[in-house]
Amino acid sequence: MPLKSKHLLGLDGMPKEDIQLILDTAVSFREVLDRPIKKVPPLQGKTITNMFFESSTRTRLSFELAERRLSADVLSFQSSGSSVSKGETLKDTARNIEAMKIDMVVMRHSAAGAPHYLSSVIESAVINAGDGGHEHPTQALLDMYTLRERVGKLAGLHVCIVGDILHSRVARSNIYGLKTMGVKVSVCGPATLIPRDIEKLGVDVYHHIDDVLPKVDALNILRIQLERDAGRLFPTIREYHNYYGITRQRLEKAGREMVIMHPGPINRDVEISADVADGESSVILQQVLNGVAIRMAVLYLLGTR
Amino acid sequence: MRKIKAKIIDAAGMERTITRLAHEILERNKGSHNIVIVGIRTRGEPLAKRIAKKIETVEHVQLQIGFLDITLYRDDLLGKLEQPQMKGTDILFDLNGKDVVLIDDVLYTGRTIRAALDGLTDIGRPRTIQLAVLIDRGHRQLPIKADFVGKNVPTSADESIRVHLKETDGEDEVLLMHPESQP
Repeated sequence: MPLKSKHLLGLDGMPKEDIQLILDTAVSFREVLDRPIKKVPPLQGKTITNMFFESSTRTRLSFELAERRLSADVLSFQSSGSSVSKGETLKDTARNIEAMKIDMVVMRHSAAGAPHYLSSVIESAVINAGDGGHEHPTQALLDMYTLRERVGKLAGLHVCIVGDILHSRVARSNIYGLKTMGVKVSVCGPATLIPRDIEKLGVDVYHHIDDVLPKVDALNILRIQLERDAGRLFPTIREYHNYYGITRQRLEKAGREMVIMHPGPINRDVEISADVADGESSVILQQVLNGVAIRMAVLYLLGTR
Repeated sequence: MRKIKAKIIDAAGMERTITRLAHEILERNKGSHNIVIVGIRTRGEPLAKRIAKKIETVEHVQLQIGFLDITLYRDDLLGKLEQPQMKGTDILFDLNGKDVVLIDDVLYTGRTIRAALDGLTDIGRPRTIQLAVLIDRGHRQLPIKADFVGKNVPTSADESIRVHLKETDGEDEVLLMHPESQP
């Protein structure tokens, strides 16, 4: 049973069977990552281009590693120092690279919808590695995978996404994906960081973290993007930490076991205290490892389609 | 729909064949001390379990047993219409220096076994790899030969073999099927 879609642009509208297939396929690749030889041959002879128009370390390395472990040839491209700085359009850049006979494009771009546009002008399969404030589907897939691995199921759980929902593509992809898989989703943060009308996506909104903690099975704690002039949206980092920071005391007060996720990179003692980040309920490093397996699954399913 | 041409093995025959395979494996390896069993998914899995159990009963030992999914090593993966479903590899022990007995239901072109050999070498370096199959139906496309064969069944290329096992299909039998177009 193949994926219905030729591209992976986002989880909005992706059928449940497709998400299920990706999560199930990733289980096999997760096993490959435990072997002494972590390389398998299914994408031998395929060429994948990573086009990163926005800086990224974790996601780019994770994709590259996944590609190499599937035996694909990898071309990586960063916009700085390339023809993009000479004024070439996205369409021309992509079509020129495609003219060199590549099979798939993984793209990160600061503009929402850039991968969707790209998929309409080139023949190759396109995978969205994050587009502006829109979607980051592989991150949400690896979050769901990690949660399912830890708890054993998805349907019926309650997940709260905490922090800067407004600027977060991770939040959006998680909401779409989790809702499709039958998970109850809440969001929590200061009103300035919660988009207006987010309830229309079928989520509950909380402004007091201590109100929602006793109800949830997992927290997905988003990074406060210090570089994005956060001070304009809440008074101080310290105040944010006091009201929304996830600390051991808060979790103990909630009196409930919950899985702690974070897409990274973490700001220790801002959105999450160091002891929680390193504690037993934290699956932050498993998320990183599972990210490689999820990306291998997506690349494999689209690349052998 | 293909029609049945002959029942090659029935339930009692299957039991006897598995018993004989287990004894042959033990005889060839002079006991079970260095043997590990690896079944190729899907139907190699229950067969491997049965052969292992038989050996364990005879030798009073506990064997290490694992399962191999060869999907990622297939040579027809790109360009196949149906994307094969992966069932996962499950080999949780060290293969290095072991005598691996690889188990599958039917040996035909040899391509599955080629893929399985590649898969095994990615996991470790066994001392030997031996192949045990329930049915050898001929028509090899690669230089591959089984060490232990339940039954040799001469077939024409357009016939097919159906192996049914209790665990996966509800009963134990092996059927030879007529070609698709046969009236």
